[in-house]
Amino acid sequence: MIRTEHLTRKFGHITALDDVNLRIKPHETTVIMGGSGSGKTTLLRLLASLECPTSGNIYFGDESLVGIKQKRLYELRAKMGMVFQYSALLNSLSVFENVAFPLREHTDLDDVIIQTMVTMKLEQVGLRGFEDMMPSQLSGGMAKRVAFARAIAMDPEVVFFDEPTSGLDPISAGVISNMISDLTKKAKMTSIVVTHDVHAGLEIADHVILLWQGEVIIEGTSDMIRNSDDARVVQFIEGRPDGPIPFSRSETAFVDDLMHKPGTVRMSS
Amino acid sequence: MSTVNKQPAMFQMLGGLGRWCLQSIEKFGDAAVLSAISLAHLFKRPWQGKHFMLQMYALGVGSLIIMAITGAFTGMVLALQGYYTLAKFGSESLLGSGVALSILRELGPVLGALMFVGRAGSSITAEIGIMRVTEQLDALQMMAINPHARVILPRIIATTLALPLLVSLFDVIGLAASYVVGVELLGVNAGAFTGEMVAKVIPMDLYAGWLKALVFGFLVGVICTYMGYRAEPTTEGVAQATTQAVVVSSVSILILDYVLSSIFL
Repeated sequence: MIRTEHLTRKFGHITALDDVNLRIKPHETTVIMGGSGSGKTTLLRLLASLECPTSGNIYFGDESLVGIKQKRLYELRAKMGMVFQYSALLNSLSVFENVAFPLREHTDLDDVIIQTMVTMKLEQVGLRGFEDMMPSQLSGGMAKRVAFARAIAMDPEVVFFDEPTSGLDPISAGVISNMISDLTKKAKMTSIVVTHDVHAGLEIADHVILLWQGEVIIEGTSDMIRNSDDARVVQFIEGRPDGPIPFSRSETAFVDDLMHKPGTVRMSS
Repeated sequence: MSTVNKQPAMFQMLGGLGRWCLQSIEKFGDAAVLSAISLAHLFKRPWQGKHFMLQMYALGVGSLIIMAITGAFTGMVLALQGYYTLAKFGSESLLGSGVALSILRELGPVLGALMFVGRAGSSITAEIGIMRVTEQLDALQMMAINPHARVILPRIIATTLALPLLVSLFDVIGLAASYVVGVELLGVNAGAFTGEMVAKVIPMDLYAGWLKALVFGFLVGVICTYMGYRAEPTTEGVAQATTQAVVVSSVSILILDYVLSSIFL
């Protein structure tokens, strides 16, 4: 469905992603996991073509997304949906209008049909009856669900999820996880989920990709990740503060800094 | 010892100045490219008529009251101060033409534009900046809607067309207010006041004012949309962008006002 070849993205001197080769299969839930700053959000934005890679290539089906014409990209976007970390609902529009938005923009459907479709999508996320509320009146979990309904309004082939469960209470998080699983299994969509929530991630994943410092350290089924011997993987899954992935991000020796050794002193003299 | 330290400090200052200049030029170019790309959508489908009307309403109608108040008090204070000055030469009868020329050529467009920056420009930057922070601009992209065409273009067109209309209102109310203060309050002869006004004001004065308003409106639209669109996606980033948008717009208006005035005189 989507694959990447030698995908690299740099921000100035910092390499966010380094030579990533992936293959995302259709009708599966692929979960991209990693700690903060591991490059997982960057990877998602690249896959969704919201950003351009520094080098390497991304293919959607057989089509390269690098250097694609905007018109064609917008045509392909009809097959993509995205649920953003902070929902990104258009706050001047009601819940109904937010879900109806893609339909109104890209189809000539009759108002009655749009009404029916929006009602169906809202029922699917359990928010039928909340049509007239404004995004500012919604809780985080509800806003996520509306964003979910909006993302699937056009029945896309691929749906991207950026941290779908972060900042939600356990019940809302569970609801969202179930909705993602259902989407993949029943509606035959392809879900790509970025998360640092190990528990939820492993539960819904058909395929897991674990990133560390911009590189893929392991990929496979949830069981393969759980049973991995790789110390980095074990540390991440168990959430231990220290291990091969160090707690300290400092690069100079602590003693040198305390002793004000030349070259390490950061105070102005 | 001190000279050794002085030179690097001076170099540092020069370096800083150079960097600032380079960054400013870079931003200027970036803003020009962004608005050019956005304006190109004027001739492309889908048309943004509905969104233009929404912006016209939000930015134009929303600024009516502040324009009316500013216009009224500008006219009133001009009449007051003009009367005080002209009375010294015994030529109070010139009050009408003096006030009219000042308002139509200068104060209407400039004060109107400055108020417009505060009322509408800042809200443009803040709104687009918040859309950036909350990923709404990315969400539009994902729904195959071009933010240049949908968000930037209607706002630039709306500010460009709204400001001349608002300035016209400013002018009318300003003149009416100056009549009230000059004639009713200070006792200038009504015939002299209006007669002088009609005799001395030529259509070109009006056109010059409108053209200024048109240019200022465009400028406000370009600067404020650019600042919001390129705002750092954080709370401080949006705050800073909004402040900068107001400062840069206001200063540009004053500088450009001198340039345009020197052309039209």
